[in-house]
Amino acid sequence: MAAVDELDEVVREFLVESHEGLDQLDRDLVALEKDPASKDRLASIFRTIHTIKGTCGFLSFGRLESVAHVGENLLSRLRDGRLTLNAEITSTLLAMVDAVRRMLADIESTGSDGDNDYAELVARLNRLQEALTPTDDDSPAGDRPSLAQEATKLTATAALEVPESTPAVEIAHDALPEQVAVERSRGEQPEAVASAVADTTIRVDVHLLDKLMNLVGELVLARNQILQFTSTQQDSSFVATSQRLNLITTELQEGVMKTRMQPIGNIWSKFPRVVRDVALACGKQVRVEMEARDTELDKTIIEAIKDPLTHVVRNAVDHGIESPEKRIAAGKPAEGRLLMRAFHEGGQVNIEISDDGGGIDPEKLKQKALQRGLVQPDQIARMGERELLGLIFLPGFSTAEKVTNVSGRGVGMDVVKTNIEKIGGTVDIHSKVGHGTTLKVKIPLTLAIIPALVVTSRGERYAIPQVSLLELVRLEADQVRRAIESIHGAPVYRLRGTLLPLVHLADELGHQAPESTEDGAVNIVVLQADGRQFGLVVEGISDTEEIVVKPLGKQLKGISTFAGATIMGDGKVALILDVLGLAQHARVVSEVHEGAMAEEHASDAAEAEAGRLRTLLLLGVGDSGRLAVPLDLVDRLEEFPGDAVELSADQEVVQYRGQILPLVRLADVLGSARADEPERPLHVVVATEQGRTVGIVVDRILDIVEDRLDIRRGVQRHGLLGSAVIQQKVTDLLDVRGLVRSVACDAAMNDTDLASAEAA
Amino acid sequence: MGTTRQLATFHLDGFFFGIEVEKVQEVIRYQPMTRVPIASPVVQGLINLRGQIVTAIDLRRRLELRPRPEGELPMNVVVRGDDGAVSLLVDEIGDVLEFDDETFEQPPETVRGTTRELVRGVYQLRDKLLLMLDTERTLQIDGAGPEREA
Repeated sequence: MAAVDELDEVVREFLVESHEGLDQLDRDLVALEKDPASKDRLASIFRTIHTIKGTCGFLSFGRLESVAHVGENLLSRLRDGRLTLNAEITSTLLAMVDAVRRMLADIESTGSDGDNDYAELVARLNRLQEALTPTDDDSPAGDRPSLAQEATKLTATAALEVPESTPAVEIAHDALPEQVAVERSRGEQPEAVASAVADTTIRVDVHLLDKLMNLVGELVLARNQILQFTSTQQDSSFVATSQRLNLITTELQEGVMKTRMQPIGNIWSKFPRVVRDVALACGKQVRVEMEARDTELDKTIIEAIKDPLTHVVRNAVDHGIESPEKRIAAGKPAEGRLLMRAFHEGGQVNIEISDDGGGIDPEKLKQKALQRGLVQPDQIARMGERELLGLIFLPGFSTAEKVTNVSGRGVGMDVVKTNIEKIGGTVDIHSKVGHGTTLKVKIPLTLAIIPALVVTSRGERYAIPQVSLLELVRLEADQVRRAIESIHGAPVYRLRGTLLPLVHLADELGHQAPESTEDGAVNIVVLQADGRQFGLVVEGISDTEEIVVKPLGKQLKGISTFAGATIMGDGKVALILDVLGLAQHARVVSEVHEGAMAEEHASDAAEAEAGRLRTLLLLGVGDSGRLAVPLDLVDRLEEFPGDAVELSADQEVVQYRGQILPLVRLADVLGSARADEPERPLHVVVATEQGRTVGIVVDRILDIVEDRLDIRRGVQRHGLLGSAVIQQKVTDLLDVRGLVRSVACDAAMNDTDLASAEAA
Repeated sequence: MGTTRQLATFHLDGFFFGIEVEKVQEVIRYQPMTRVPIASPVVQGLINLRGQIVTAIDLRRRLELRPRPEGELPMNVVVRGDDGAVSLLVDEIGDVLEFDDETFEQPPETVRGTTRELVRGVYQLRDKLLLMLDTERTLQIDGAGPEREA
């Protein structure tokens, strides 16, 4: 132990270096398997193992040395062309890399190379090596023949040794295509490329970079204060100096930011190995292709997407790409293709992982989702293709028909989605049965510095990340009363006809009275969370600023309303609002948010959501009829003059936004007396279902309330789902989706009638 | 045993407290704070400690003592928590004192409530008692305030 302590620094160096070497080794070995003639790769692999062996001998890690030694022997045979690389040798070499890695981990934690017995591995390595009768002793590296000669020798040896019936040679015999490849690439061996990168880079501890980043943040603050102070000064040389300070600080900030950027290739580089292992385990052939692997990302983001991407890649190989037989039967090449590409777009990094496998069968998804009880049958029936594919992101979902040890490990795509969303990214999936699947991930460039809108409430400033921001609306005092329909504490603003639920920031922050500005005007920040829009009413809107995001301590972690904190120009701390958390807390979006699931059928939702508050639109029909519609099913509320109604094939319609909007009179549907006053304006609830938009004519729009939707079934009448007690009154629940469908259906039938009439 | 322990001491509502000196990062005077709405009332706010955002905990509230009189500015005892620094707000800072483990005693059974939970033990001094705080437990606070669940 004492010796290790003394050598601490040396050992650490050795560990860092060896780990890097091993990563390179993984890549090289897999690449080598594809192209066994690559002398450069072989030489590089040999060098790495040789270095590890040499150093650990010097540091007296005997066990590690012995494993590395036999590995080196085997490699030297390969290098000298006395052996041809085949799947078995590659696997054994990879196993050796793993063993070395384990021992390095042992050294790191205990200071010794562990007491695991690698005799079996050593024996395997030896057997492979001795499969060919060793003719002469290892040729020293000094008198290596020229590349061309070596390559010739490689083919020659391989060809010569085929007749011998040792196991390794049998495999080599099977690998005939590889030999062909050897011959083809013999003439085009590139000269060994010296690594020039190593001379211009140094290794830096990440903590040091983080510290530098913090210090730069501090400097920026100090600079801001000096600039404020400068504006009151007359001294021109002082002003000039602080200008210079300003410029230098900005450049320094940019520079330090850049040091944290890493090419995405750093995490991709391990995927060929992952793919190889998974493909081998499932008996598949997969080729990995990568595009734009030098696309850069902040280190923290790189770390955060590593595991989700690995999962996606494993999934693509395990479930996406079919077995060679199936592929050939489908007229595709036996070898599957996995393409990974990355590119910058609009301040975001896009990562796409696509395979040319079997694609995702929506039918299977449906069955699985039903089987698992994740969705209701009638819900499924209404889902579009995209929504169906979205099912794959539900917790507890796994489409693998048989659970394999590769990807059926209880971690599903839902974890991938959550992890990506955690860093402000989005996941999207596209799939075509028989053609493959593409998973698109969009993530922000950096988490450290983001543009944000600064708003105020109760004299405190809050930052809202710009990604969620749609627009700003300011209502002057005289507009407020007309524009904001605020009844029973659920205010709504009609933004160009769309119902925008309003949330008062002060309410959400637990302050007593709602926001008010001196002049009575209202500021609405229109935000988007989980595909829903809502308006956040704030006291004041200051400015947009680039802010440095800092995490909150664990004492505040439980509060979903805040995403973090930042330090403002004056050195004070401001909280960053978490728009999704805020929306969930304000119940603008339901807490179990799943894009496809959010628009649940009211009745299905009843069981799942019993006891959860929903925002409901209350309607009046006839003299005393009271109906409710979940607000999230409503597109818009419109008013049409009575004479705007026209007839089209016996169907009442109005012209609406350049379209013809079919109308359905609720009074007719429910069979109650129709208030027939042609000149009276029509109150219309516009709703869309499966791309069909229909206007539902109601007599009165009563209220918007927030209440529990506790549906008592029983009143099963056409157009109704049941009834519930809302605001202490029995209220019928309108089957909006059903209504829209029936009207849309009629319209479609009319269309076909017309078509057949024309034909006749 | 003869082993000794160094404690950083401070005053809080007339009581004399101490925490292990190696847990203390620094002591600074009052800093302006940003309040955190809807957080537990124990969290007084956030301070900017040289670019690091530090949660300030009102130790009087944490220990369920009487609230600090208006106008009295607390001091920050910045301690190292397991995920970064946290500031404990105290009335007044005392000296770093050395204590003999032999004078250490479990808190008497009659001490109840939060104090019993957070005080690891008592050292007897000539004229008063020193209550030694369990730093880890003191820093364990449920993020959301009680009103949030309502």
